[in-house]
Amino acid sequence: MSVSNLLENWSQFRHTHPVDDKPHDPYKWAMSIDLDACTGCNACSIACYAENNIPVVGKERFQHGQQMHWMRIERYWDEDGREFADQGAQFLPMMCQQCEAAPCETVCPVAATNHTADGLNSQVYNRCVGSRYCSANCPFKVRYFNWYDYPTDDAVWPAEMSQQLNPDVTVRSKGVMEKCTFCVQRLTAAKSVAKSEGRIVREGEVQTACQQSCPTGAISFGNLVNPESRVHKQWQAQQVEIDKDKQTKDEKEEGSELRGYRIFEDMRPYPSVMYLERVRESAV
Amino acid sequence: MKDIREDIAWVKINQDVMKSLENPRKLYWVILFCAICAFGVGVSCEIYQYRTGMGVANLNNPQVWGLYIATFIFWIGMSHSGTLLSAILHLMHADWRKPIYRFAEAMTTFSLMTAGLFVLVHIGRLWQFYYSLPYPNERGIWPNFQSPLLWDAMAIFTYLSSSILFLFVGMIPDLAIARDNMADGWRRKLYTLLALGWEGTDRQWRNFRVTYLTIACFLIPLAVSVHSIVASDFAMSQAPGWHVTSFPPYFVAGALYSGCAAIITLFIILRYTFRFEEYMTKSILKKIVRLTFAIAMVWTYLNAVEFAAVWYSHDEASKAVLIQKATGTYAPFWWGMIFCGSVVPLVFAFERFQTNIPVLFATSLLLNLGMWLERWMIIAPTFSHGLYPWTWDHDQWPSMVQWGMVFGSFGWFTLLFMIFCKVFPSVSMYEVKEMVYHRTLHLKKSEAAEQGAH
Repeated sequence: MSVSNLLENWSQFRHTHPVDDKPHDPYKWAMSIDLDACTGCNACSIACYAENNIPVVGKERFQHGQQMHWMRIERYWDEDGREFADQGAQFLPMMCQQCEAAPCETVCPVAATNHTADGLNSQVYNRCVGSRYCSANCPFKVRYFNWYDYPTDDAVWPAEMSQQLNPDVTVRSKGVMEKCTFCVQRLTAAKSVAKSEGRIVREGEVQTACQQSCPTGAISFGNLVNPESRVHKQWQAQQVEIDKDKQTKDEKEEGSELRGYRIFEDMRPYPSVMYLERVRESAV
Repeated sequence: MKDIREDIAWVKINQDVMKSLENPRKLYWVILFCAICAFGVGVSCEIYQYRTGMGVANLNNPQVWGLYIATFIFWIGMSHSGTLLSAILHLMHADWRKPIYRFAEAMTTFSLMTAGLFVLVHIGRLWQFYYSLPYPNERGIWPNFQSPLLWDAMAIFTYLSSSILFLFVGMIPDLAIARDNMADGWRRKLYTLLALGWEGTDRQWRNFRVTYLTIACFLIPLAVSVHSIVASDFAMSQAPGWHVTSFPPYFVAGALYSGCAAIITLFIILRYTFRFEEYMTKSILKKIVRLTFAIAMVWTYLNAVEFAAVWYSHDEASKAVLIQKATGTYAPFWWGMIFCGSVVPLVFAFERFQTNIPVLFATSLLLNLGMWLERWMIIAPTFSHGLYPWTWDHDQWPSMVQWGMVFGSFGWFTLLFMIFCKVFPSVSMYEVKEMVYHRTLHLKKSEAAEQGAH
């Protein structure tokens, strides 16, 4: 926030997209997830654990709700009285939505969570004091707190397992908040290579771990401002725009052929993840 | 019934109050011992949590805040009535406050100190606490001035420092009395130092009055702003059940309410342990009780406003949280809050209970139980019933570590408060003298008027 923001008409400011005056250039990382393709297999979640050095907290702590899955598959069931309830299961892969007007960013007392120029919601572990206000204000509850000192916990990372840690990713210490980063370590590496060759990152050059591991290709990820990217094409086809709080799909009352939506659009966090509504009947 | 006897000699006032610094009843030592034990429990819980991690508090995602924040609001709230009594009633020339405002002001200071501890035990990295302070540093990094939590930290520090100043300035003439009446020893040295060379000259009194009045005027807006800002921590967020514009006045009313109830409790304890029956009279008690009753009704009204606002807002998520409060896991506590906060104070409406000490003692404790439950019911149900089903977690229960620290905080507060009352005059001697003097004048005038009439 700058002084110029304070001088503006405040209500106007809160009602428009926060980066209107400085569009993301040359990168805006975004995602789209096809719920029709998702089978709820959890491969994305596991890939995320492996890529991002997420502690596996064990059964007991999981039962206390202290699990750390940055990428989680939420399950819901149709209540339509079918014989096998599981046939009505529906899946919603949920991770940090990298909101453009992120509710978590404004409330952090130490400014440990910020917006980056390429449209990510970053978390600075070294700055975090662990007030957990960000999590309290996150509508999606996708922020995970280090309740214990996992790096030194033998049950979480036995000595012989330390070799499997990803050297590109920090191991978070006790008392800090963490969350999905859109695999920022991969993005940084790709951007660096591209920069040294004097170009921007090409479509398909970088993948997130969840996208890479998804057997049905339900997740696409890329640079939204690159017209060649799959994400850009999908968002455009669905007429979903990053800086709108009501998309074409929802403006039509009679329903529409469009499938793209973002979660909690009306709260105006402007998420960077678009979901494609499911159209096919449940699994069978 | 008189607030105070008009014929108490000034020497006797000095003697009575000075006696409280020397030999209280045995109960004092019992209370002190219990307080130390309770504080010990809290400290051991914190040591355990600090070494092991916040997880031992049995918090989780989504229940990231727990009893720590609830009790933090409770203690902040407790601090408000000291200012009400010492500053607001001072400006309103309500002279019945004079024998009791000193301990109320001490209560303000110590409950703020207790509240501050809860911020510390709550944060995940206690050792990096200073990141949230706006101090100049070589990295050029500042805290986030958008965050209500930061406003909170600033408001509390300002309020705490002003309260300490107010307590100290108001005590200077009494410290001089203590200095002059105390036998040689460390306490006399302490009083000599703190009395700042007070001799009671006209000039000193004039400066003293102006200073005291200035700080009183400064403190009142601070008191209101502090709890409004604590309310902003919730009202400014977008969690269901918190996003309510009526929160700031609701919080301030709740704060005054629990503070007044605590004053009744401490009034009764001090009156007995320090033999202050002559000064903390039942007539004064009656006035506080009536004040508390009025505030209780304001709080009840604002509570109803909040429920109505949520109900008619047609915000489904907030409504679901309200229904969850009344019917879900927390229902017994929520209804307990309604009972203790709105029904129990009706006892105060009956004149015969307004001076009945055992009844008042029990009632005031129940009121504060209700107010603690209120704070908990603001925190927990919102976390347990988030915006959409995956974020629901109705069964998470605070662990013994959390309860231990809540328990310990009462020990810490009592410890500070009791030590204060033994070391410093907890009844304002010079103001009681003023009070007696004004009443004598008044008495003489009316006698003279009566004689004239004959």
